[in-house]
Amino acid sequence: MDRIPILRMGECLLVTIQVDMHDQLALALQDDLTSAITKQRTRAVLIDISALVMVDSFIGRMLANISAMSKILDAETVVVGMQPAVAITLVELGLQLPGVRTALNVDQGMKLLRRALRAT
Amino acid sequence: MQLEPRKPAVVRDQVLPLKSDADVVQARQAVRRAAEELKFNLVEQTKIVTAASELARNTLLHGRGGTMKVEFVADLSRRGLRLTFEDRGPGIADISRALQDGFSTADGLGLGLPGARRLMSEFDIQSKLGEGTRVTVVRWKP
Ligand SMILES: Nc1ncnc2c1ncn2[C@@H]1O[C@H](COP(=O)(O)OP(=O)(O)O)[C@@H](O)[C@H]1O
Ligand SMILES: [Mg+2]
Repeated sequence: MDRIPILRMGECLLVTIQVDMHDQLALALQDDLTSAITKQRTRAVLIDISALVMVDSFIGRMLANISAMSKILDAETVVVGMQPAVAITLVELGLQLPGVRTALNVDQGMKLLRRALRAT
Repeated sequence: MQLEPRKPAVVRDQVLPLKSDADVVQARQAVRRAAEELKFNLVEQTKIVTAASELARNTLLHGRGGTMKVEFVADLSRRGLRLTFEDRGPGIADISRALQDGFSTADGLGLGLPGARRLMSEFDIQSKLGEGTRVTVVRWKP
């Protein structure tokens, strides 16, 4: 099965979701990220979803799970680049992403992560 | 061609299988292409595709697989996209509960049915225990 690559950038794990993910791929990413955080002792995860043209309740839940999981492992996750059309649709779908930190773009997301890391 | 105002004419249709995760992705992409072709704007396209994704997953997971029909429909004054999700799965015991936000029998978020209903212009669900479920949604072009 194919996997979404997880890159290491300094202290940060970086995931760029570029494909229309089927559900198993989303679940695999959740597992892969959790073990990568543990193995690489990362404290920061940045997930770029700017190429995602749709977030439904399954993908939304995956993002929420990753955020919750990383908190337990003492890491911060930021989701960046959500397209406005996707954000509008999520509201109408009824999905609020509790506990998911978001930022406009990768730069803003990195700033947020750096600040969060310095604060601890 | 006679066009009744209450019963839109079907201009074109396509039926896709929903038997695997990959089929759900294909279904989303087919719906995206259809919505683009009908010149729905980006927000509308996103709403339609998201509703389709939720309903396709329901057909696969709760209905044990089935089909999605994509139809270009038209009545006297407007054009729209109609999607029909059909399965011969277990059916839904209590439809009004299934339509409530947060209700799930499968540890899901319970947003698929109510969310799809909000995202589309029309929503219809027919289900019989032991026989299956059919969900039909339409999005009209404003
Ligand atoms: N095609 C279907 N066949 C049988 N049951 C269904 C079908 N679609 C939905 N349901 C039932 O309705 C409930 C609510 O669906 P939904 O709102 O999509 O939430 P979720 O999929 O997260 O459980 C499901 O948990 C299931 O019990
Ligand atoms: Mg569902």
